[in-house]
Amino acid sequence: LATLVLAEHSGGALNDATLSAVAAASKLSGDTHVLVVGAQASVVATAAAAVEGVKAVVTMAGDDKPVAESVTTAVLAAHKAGGYTHILSASTSVGKSVMPRVAALLDVAALTEVVAVESDDTFKRPIYAGNAISTVQALDAVKVLTIRPTSFEKAGLAAAPAPITSLDAPTPPAEPASWFVSEELSKSERPELASASTIISGGRGLKSADNFKLLDGLADQLNAALGASRAAVDAGFCPNDWQVGQTGKVVAPDLYLAVGISGAIQHLAGMKDSKTIVAINTDPDAPIFQVADYGLVEDLFKACPDLEAKLKAAAK
Amino acid sequence: MSKMRILVGVKRVIDYGVKVRVRADKSGVEMENVKMSINPFCEIAMEEAMRLKEGGHAAEVVAVSIGPEKAVDTLRHAMAMGADRAVHVLAETEGMVPLQVAKLLVAVAQKESPGLIILGKQAIDGDCNQTGQMLSALLGWPQATFASKMTVADGGAKAEVVREVDGGLETVGLRLPAVVTTDLRLNEPRYATLPNIMKAKKKKVDKLTPADLGVDLAPRVKQLLVEEPPKRKAGVKVTSVDELFDKLANEAKAF
Repeated sequence: LATLVLAEHSGGALNDATLSAVAAASKLSGDTHVLVVGAQASVVATAAAAVEGVKAVVTMAGDDKPVAESVTTAVLAAHKAGGYTHILSASTSVGKSVMPRVAALLDVAALTEVVAVESDDTFKRPIYAGNAISTVQALDAVKVLTIRPTSFEKAGLAAAPAPITSLDAPTPPAEPASWFVSEELSKSERPELASASTIISGGRGLKSADNFKLLDGLADQLNAALGASRAAVDAGFCPNDWQVGQTGKVVAPDLYLAVGISGAIQHLAGMKDSKTIVAINTDPDAPIFQVADYGLVEDLFKACPDLEAKLKAAAK
Repeated sequence: MSKMRILVGVKRVIDYGVKVRVRADKSGVEMENVKMSINPFCEIAMEEAMRLKEGGHAAEVVAVSIGPEKAVDTLRHAMAMGADRAVHVLAETEGMVPLQVAKLLVAVAQKESPGLIILGKQAIDGDCNQTGQMLSALLGWPQATFASKMTVADGGAKAEVVREVDGGLETVGLRLPAVVTTDLRLNEPRYATLPNIMKAKKKKVDKLTPADLGVDLAPRVKQLLVEEPPKRKAGVKVTSVDELFDKLANEAKAF
C-alpha cells in the first residue's frame, strides 16, 4: 500500500493546498510519496521532502507551465514505476483538471472534493453543493482522489527530510494537441476568493455597481476578499467570478460577512461551512439570519461605514 | 474545409433553486415531486455551441443526454435553445459514475464525429467535475476545462480557450477535435422563446441504450450513506455595530 500525492507549486514554492493533500494522504494506511513535476521540480522537491508524513519524493522534469495532458502522462509514469494503491491531489484547478484524466486512463472511478477519509476505500464527499454529504466506497483497485483543502489541516514540518529520487519524464508528443498560451493572474491586492480567510460578500441590497465600492473600505480593513450573491451578479453589480454559491465558488473562510444578502438556498450552499458568519440586512426575516452567528438588522449604508470606522480606530 | 458538428452534453438535475432534502432512510436525496431543470453549466455549454454556429463555425449542433425517459425534457430545452437534433442514451443515472458517462459519450462521439464537444464543468447534483476530463482522456483529444472565453480559429482546426484557474485566467491553445468544459462566465444563456419551444417538439431525438453503445455499467463506487450536513446552530442578533464589533473581537476572535 502506498499513496502518490501530486504536488502543486508555482514560482518554485510548494502550494499550501499540497500540504492539506499530504495530511489527507497520511490518513491512509500506506506510505505517502510526493510527485513533483515541472521545470522547477528539484527546488520544490526539497520543500516537499521536509513535509511531515512524506516518505519519499519523486521528481520529474517538465514544462514550466504544463498542460493537464502532460501532467497526466507524468502521473501515470510515476504510478507505473511505483505501483500505487491511491493517487491523490488537492481539488485545485490543476488537480481537478488532471486527476479525472488519470483515473479514466487507468479505467478506475475518481472521487473528487473528498472532505473526510473514513478508511482506505471509504470517503465522504459533499453533493448538491454541500446540502448533503455522501459516504462512498470506491470498488476499483486503484483509488484516485482529489481532496478539498479546507477540510484537512495543513501538514507540518518533518523531523528529518525524506529521500528524493528522480524519474525520467515520458517523451512528449512531437506535435502536442494542446499548449499553454498565456496567463493573467489576478492583480487584485486582495486575497483570492477561494482561499481567503475573510470574505465580504454583497447582495442585491447594495442596489448598484457603484454601491459595491462601499465594501472596499471594509475589505481593506479586514484584508478580505470580495464576493457576491448570484442576484448581485445577475443584476450586473459585480463580475461573475465573485459569485459565491452553488453555481459559483464554494468557500469556507474563518469570517464571512454577508452584506445585503437575503440568503437564497443556492447562496447558502456556497458559504455555510464558514467558521463565523455575520449578516447585515434590513429584513429581520431574511433566511441569511438562520445561518449567521451574528446578525445585525440595520441599513447596510449606515452599518458598513460605521463598522469600517470602528475597525480603523481599533487598528490604530 | 467543411464546417464541423458540435456535440453538447446536457444533464437533467434538480433545479438549482430547490432546497435539496435527504431521504429519511439516508439512501439518497428526495427526487419525488421536485422541480427538475437543465444543469446550469450545460445550459452555458448549449449557448456557446449556438454562438459558434451563429458565428459560422459549425454546421450542426447535436445535444446528447444520458438519463431516464424524462431526460428528453432537457433535450427539448436544448433544442428550443437551438440544437438541431438530439441523442438520448436511455439509462438510470443514479449509481452511474462519471467514468461510465464518459464512456457512453465516447461511443456517441464515435458515431457523430464532432469537431468539438462542449460540456458543463460539473453537474450540480453529484458535483463531480470529471466527465469532460475523462471524455477527453479516453478519446485522446485535448481538453480545456473551466472555459470563460473561447474562439475557434484556422477554419475550425484550432481553438483558443481562456480558462478560470485558481489565481486568475489561463489561455490554452487546442487542436480540434477537442473537449471544452464551461465555467459560469463563458456566456449568459438565452431564453427559449415560445416559437422555438414549439419548433423543438418536432426535432429528431435518437434513442440509444448503454447496451447499444457497448458500455459496462457494473458499479464502480458504492454509495453507503447520504446524510444532512451538520446544522449550524442558530446565532444571535446584535443591536448595533458596536455590539457586533465587540462580539467579533472578543467572542468569535475574528480579528
